Amino acid sequence: MRPLTEEETRVMFEKIAKYIGENLQLLVDRPDGTYCFRLHNDRVYYVSEKMLKLSANISGDKLVSLGTCFGKFTKTHKFRLHITALDYLAPYAKYKVWIKPGAEQSFLYGNHVLKSGLGRITENTSQYQGVVVYSMADIPLGFGVAAKSTQDCRKVDPMAIVVFHQADVGEYIRHEETLT
Amino acid sequence: MEGPSVEELLAKAEQDEAEKLQRITVYKELELEFDLGNLLASDRNPPTALRQAGPAPEAELRALARDNTQLLINQLWQLPTERVEETLVARLPEPTTHLPREKPVPKPRPLTRWQQFARLKGIHPKKKTNLVWDEVSGQWRRRWGYKRARDDTKEWLIEVPDGADPLEDQFTKRIQAKKERVAKNELNRLRNLARAHKTQLPSAAGLHPTGHQSKEELGRAMQVAKVSTASVGRFQERLPKEKAPRGSGKKRKFQPLFGDFAAEKKNQLELLRIMNNKKPKLDVTRATNKQMREEDQEEAAKKRKMSQKGRRKGGWQGSGGKRKGGPPSQGGKRKGGLGGKMQSRPPGLGSKRKGGQHQGGKRRK
Repeated sequence: MRPLTEEETRVMFEKIAKYIGENLQLLVDRPDGTYCFRLHNDRVYYVSEKMLKLSANISGDKLVSLGTCFGKFTKTHKFRLHITALDYLAPYAKYKVWIKPGAEQSFLYGNHVLKSGLGRITENTSQYQGVVVYSMADIPLGFGVAAKSTQDCRKVDPMAIVVFHQADVGEYIRHEETLT
Repeated sequence: MEGPSVEELLAKAEQDEAEKLQRITVYKELELEFDLGNLLASDRNPPTALRQAGPAPEAELRALARDNTQLLINQLWQLPTERVEETLVARLPEPTTHLPREKPVPKPRPLTRWQQFARLKGIHPKKKTNLVWDEVSGQWRRRWGYKRARDDTKEWLIEVPDGADPLEDQFTKRIQAKKERVAKNELNRLRNLARAHKTQLPSAAGLHPTGHQSKEELGRAMQVAKVSTASVGRFQERLPKEKAPRGSGKKRKFQPLFGDFAAEKKNQLELLRIMNNKKPKLDVTRATNKQMREEDQEEAAKKRKMSQKGRRKGGWQGSGGKRKGGPPSQGGKRKGGLGGKMQSRPPGLGSKRKGGQHQGGKRRK
């Protein structure tokens, strides 16, 4: 377990900033405690200082997880956000997409969101912007990447993809073995 | 009428026996010497038949070989046999011929320091038992080595001695002492080897004193030699097919796990600030969209005013906006970055501004 290097921090922040923008500094600088990012077995964990001190008592090969796993670094040092980060992305999300109840199940099974399932989308979403996906009852379901900007969403036909799926809460069951 | 008579049969059988005997008996003046352990038969008879043979003695050689082999086989058949997995096998005796050495006789090694000292003082090694009774575990254990009898690094309770610092870790102290003893022993062993091979220790290139170096050691020594020039190896050519050394960079250093949290936070905030500064503050798309929306609203307001005026003045149809139907809205391909709007707006040409229903805030589909 070790802190992230400059390079790794930069890559991770760039990825997270795609979803929450400048609200990222609220994650770094919190009024209710010191939280930090630590790297363990290629995964990044967001953990409070108190928890970190406790976890140092466990030997590295026996430690499975600590705090919240935000994502992992791949072998080629790219950062991949996992669904376990949703709790921290949802409150700070800048661009949101609401999907209709009928399309919820499809999204939760890992499919992309089609225009026919799109309920609402925030204004000024540009193309390939990171978005957080909500149900119509404002429950965060996952996150993705906008395939079309808001204006384009209006013109396009109902079978076109408007949000690329990145992660959804169904992964807690589907990828139970690989999530930590 | 009788067939072949009994006498004839008997005579035939005798004749067959004699032939067989003739085949397997060989007459030699001098008996052969046999070393059955090596399957060796040595024939000391003078080779008169060969000498008389002439330029092509093939037939005679073949006959000689056949005779000698016959004698050897005869000897082999007299050995005690046994049955191994359904085959009859003869048990060979020990070989009697002494084969010469494969390698030269080893040179006597110089004595180690301890051996010299022992010889000087007249110390002889005492005979010790292999196993020692270990009270703690209640079994016989080795005197030294794996799971030995008295291993002080494996004790679970160590009393702090009188004069020692109470905060010192006695366990690690013992482990360190053991490591030091092992290292010292290894050093002395290598020194003895170096003295035996008349090299120096520590050798300049980090090589093993016996001359049996591994590939990695030689590679490392070569790398060090390459770098030990006045220009630190910059102008040393490599051999035609030599590959670059791998793993010769610096080892990465990471921050400690509980470093200064405040400093870490500061660095991250600084990084975020730089990232935000790098992003352009004026987003061109947004700006053009906003501009176009404002113009939409202006046009709509003007149209409303004019229609009101027109109604008042009695039927003047001056729908300024609708007149500019013109070229149909260019749908699909535009140059990137403007998400569907035109680059430079020629005045009065509308792309999607018919029926302006552009409002800010959350949009309906």
